[in-house]
Amino acid sequence: MADATYPEDLLYHPEHDWARVEGDTAAFGITWFAQDALGEVVFVDLPEVGTTVNQNEPYAEVESVKAVSDVYAPLSGEVTEVNPALGETPERINDDPYGDGWLVKVRMTDPAEREHLMDVARYTATLTS
Amino acid sequence: MSEAGSGSGAPGPGPGPTPGTPLQREPVRTIFEKGAPGRRAFVCPELDVPVREGLLPDRFRRTDPARLPEVSEPELVRHYVRLSRRNFDLDSGFYPLGSCTMKHNPRLHERVAALPGHARLHPLQHPSRAQGALELMWRLERALAEIAGLPHVSLQPSAGSHGELAGVLLTRAYHEDRGERRHKVLTPDTAHGTNPATVTMAGYEVVKVGTAPDGGVDLDDLRARADTDVACLMLTNPNTLGLFDRNIEQIASIVHGVGATLYYDGANLNAVMGISRPGDMGFDIVHFNLHKSFTQPHGGGGPGSGPIAVSERIEPYLMAPVIRRLEGHNGGEPRFELDHDRPQSIGRLRGFQGNYGCFVRAYAYICSLGADGLRDASETAVLNANYLLARLRREGVANYLPVAYDRLCMHEFVLSGAPMKRELGIRTLDVAKRLLDHGFHPPTVYFPLLVEEALLVEPTETETRETLDAFADAVAAILREAAADPDIARQAPYTTPVRRLDEAAAAKRPVIRQPLPPDRESSAAP
Amino acid sequence: MSRYTAVTDPDRRHMLDAIGVSSVEDLFADIPGGLRLGRALDLPAGLSEQDVYGHLRDLAARNVDAEQEITFLGAGMYDHYVPAVIDMLLQRSEFLTPYTPYQPEVSQGTLQVMFEYQTAICELTGLAVSNASVYEGPSAVASAGYLARLANDRARFVVSAGVHPHSLQTLRTYAHGFGAEVVEVPLAGGVTDARRWGEAIDGDVSAAIFQQPNFLGAVEDVEALAAPGRGAGAVVVGAYDPIALGVLRPPGELGVDVVVGEGQPLGNRLDFGGPSFGFFAAAEEHLRRMPGRIAGETVDADGRRGFVLTLQTREQHIRRERATSNICTAQALNALAGMIYLAWLGRRGLPELAELLLQRTAYARDTITALPGVTALHDQPCVREFAVRLPVDGLAGVERVVDRCAGPPHRVNPGLPLGRVLPDHPDGLLIALTERRSRADIDRLAQALQVALAAEQGGEAPAPTVPAPA
Repeated sequence: MADATYPEDLLYHPEHDWARVEGDTAAFGITWFAQDALGEVVFVDLPEVGTTVNQNEPYAEVESVKAVSDVYAPLSGEVTEVNPALGETPERINDDPYGDGWLVKVRMTDPAEREHLMDVARYTATLTS
Repeated sequence: MSEAGSGSGAPGPGPGPTPGTPLQREPVRTIFEKGAPGRRAFVCPELDVPVREGLLPDRFRRTDPARLPEVSEPELVRHYVRLSRRNFDLDSGFYPLGSCTMKHNPRLHERVAALPGHARLHPLQHPSRAQGALELMWRLERALAEIAGLPHVSLQPSAGSHGELAGVLLTRAYHEDRGERRHKVLTPDTAHGTNPATVTMAGYEVVKVGTAPDGGVDLDDLRARADTDVACLMLTNPNTLGLFDRNIEQIASIVHGVGATLYYDGANLNAVMGISRPGDMGFDIVHFNLHKSFTQPHGGGGPGSGPIAVSERIEPYLMAPVIRRLEGHNGGEPRFELDHDRPQSIGRLRGFQGNYGCFVRAYAYICSLGADGLRDASETAVLNANYLLARLRREGVANYLPVAYDRLCMHEFVLSGAPMKRELGIRTLDVAKRLLDHGFHPPTVYFPLLVEEALLVEPTETETRETLDAFADAVAAILREAAADPDIARQAPYTTPVRRLDEAAAAKRPVIRQPLPPDRESSAAP
Repeated sequence: MSRYTAVTDPDRRHMLDAIGVSSVEDLFADIPGGLRLGRALDLPAGLSEQDVYGHLRDLAARNVDAEQEITFLGAGMYDHYVPAVIDMLLQRSEFLTPYTPYQPEVSQGTLQVMFEYQTAICELTGLAVSNASVYEGPSAVASAGYLARLANDRARFVVSAGVHPHSLQTLRTYAHGFGAEVVEVPLAGGVTDARRWGEAIDGDVSAAIFQQPNFLGAVEDVEALAAPGRGAGAVVVGAYDPIALGVLRPPGELGVDVVVGEGQPLGNRLDFGGPSFGFFAAAEEHLRRMPGRIAGETVDADGRRGFVLTLQTREQHIRRERATSNICTAQALNALAGMIYLAWLGRRGLPELAELLLQRTAYARDTITALPGVTALHDQPCVREFAVRLPVDGLAGVERVVDRCAGPPHRVNPGLPLGRVLPDHPDGLLIALTERRSRADIDRLAQALQVALAAEQGGEAPAPTVPAPA
């Protein structure tokens, strides 16, 4: 994705992760900033379905040729789905970080945690500081 | 595109499809794709004993031979000689790689290492029939002890990071012997990656210590983090920024004050041989990289050797065996032996005695240079680095690639490509690739991590002033070229046997062996 | 200025001027006075090339090397014939002097050799992935243990007593660091005690480690050894003699997950124990846990085939404290020798060589155990090495016998007194064969041993041994 974009309807975590909440589940991924800093993604190490993830703790790793990055959970929950396409085509994370490049979906255990996340305005403000 | 330069001028202008140099046009085939069934280079000696059947149960026997190549000797030679020509090497050109100390490899060392008395000596030969080898190792140990300023040496570790592992395991043994359990090891955020990797392998947690604005260890941060749960601080001095940490005595005092050991990563020893000694700075354990300061050839990625020197209090835990020199009987020659009786030793880190072939070369080097020569090597390394830095601080370079720390450097220095990236649109990586077209190996790039778009430059003492001038001129030319057309550097190199390679594809779908067709035939009877 | 540096007085003046200081001494201003050595290093003065050569030659002359005696020493390193092409190729500047291939565009020679080497090791072992070398044999075993820890997070290694004592000791040293227990399973009848091996391996075991052939030269039943580990989810590790793979079934076909070994027999000199290389191969699932460098194939900007270091995110310079190992410099030049050697032996040559060793070793064992009082330590199949018991009084007796054989007139080194490394076998002798040891040499060994044993039993003091004149 050539230009920086940050969708309005997402919640953002300071470690450059996003969450899209739909009912009692949320999808997670990394932001445009994160994929741009990493370069072309070559490998993603994702948790298995059923794993518990905790807000602010790393739950996955994303690798480019020259870097490895922890991915932090914006919210706590149980992993219900893992993006099956990322094994073959991890570069989806670069091309479409908020759509095809989603990492996992979780069933939230504490939706109130959303209060600790940022909206797009506050998140993009952190990028320029 | 014109030919690769020899450092004497910029190669041709403008991007565009390259017609291809001869090396670029050469088809790339592995040895497995050459040869033909039945060809051979090796002729097996005649079977001169009575043949016995049934020596191995059939179910243990291999039915299909490994699909190794089938080539004659001329094919073998031609393949590897041609392959060698696709390498840049130190004998051919300049390698200003920071923290690598790419100094000239004297061929005398190859001659002495090849003497059968050294090269064809079995490691388990009885010590009474290996006195020359044991004496050589003992003398090398004495020399390294003198250079380090620490009395006890082990030559066993196979490389620098192996020496680091030894050092951290020795630290563990030291504390365990005192009934203490410590869990953390401190490393500066400028540390080479082997330091934290070693810490984890040795069962400790890595804690990073910050760097002060002048490039040295942040003493306040160190004081805050140094407690009795810290086993060790791993440092190099000068550090990976090429700067001598003026506070080293205070650092030693803080670390020793909490009962921790101070470990010296010897990667940067080339700056201080005969001038200052890590033992005198307060270090307890030092590792040497014989493939850096002591000019063991790099061989494309090894072998190396990483001996360690330690203080008195660490000595009991040294790896076994230890070399002992015994006075001769009745005024006779002294004798050397391997002492395995080391009850407090941490044990072994590898088989046999270590990389003896590297000891022979390093010892020959020390004999060649002597006391004055070693000091002269370090003085000249520091002189060359400061001179090259001075040349690169001129107009046209310094504004795009400024030095990261405005101080005298030691044997290496770090430039930052951040202004260049902003203003010219090319990165340190692009400068590195364009330098290849000028016939130079680039400096170390993107290390240390602390400096944005880092370029770590270490010329070493064996380069001439003319080479340093040519390198500085090449950097200036690349920047001028980029100001006019940044795309040239971005697509570089043009004249090397291959151009920029798709590393992402190699990582995503790794192909790490040559696919081979299924067996064409079963193995013929010998 | 020395023969390796070039700063003349005019150079120095020019350089100091450009830097803006008046003397070289000024460049060391950052070093506090108290830390300046202030005297010359207490080392001899430098010597001319000619004198250095003379000194190193004199030291060499006081060693008895494999040119000067017929040696049957083995135990991990073997006196194979290294062809002249290897000497020549390794001395080429382009292989001897380059750095690690971090700039692949100018390192295609090194990277392609690594790729070829990886292919050869996969072929030999029958496993899917190989790295480009690690330091040597025993530390490769320890590295395999670290991989197993990363794979299953368990804290116990079960190791056969047939594993080389140096490998066992190295594993213990490493394991003490990263927090794993090492349990040794004894041999029975010369091979790993199958019952106790099976009993020792359970769901708490991280890796089950054996050697093939084992330290006493015996061929183990690898398929049987691999089974308990597989069942318990442990990583099965085999430490192999690479030459023996010319005749033994590839471990990848037998359920072994990781194969390591000492690479010295492949085209590398003895060099009093190093440098050599260790090989390291594994099943596909362990690819991202492998230590060391790996070369991969790719294409360049113009579509040309090329090679790069790949999967670098495993390594220390990227992953730092979470790296799969701390290895930086490895053994590229020695692995190059290994690859050239394997290509020199070729598809037919390696099995022929291994078969020759099999036959000659059988002949040697028959001949030596026919000597009065000499018995085989075990009667398991052997490929190139075997152990006997001598009718003497413990290790000291064996050492005297060895001394007599090594001295004039025989100048035969009969092998390793086992008591030096295995206290349970004080009267043992480990005898190794390479293709350089002909039938005539074996007969000479038998004769020397016979004379030496007779003298030992007759109570004669051994003649003092003097190294052969240079």
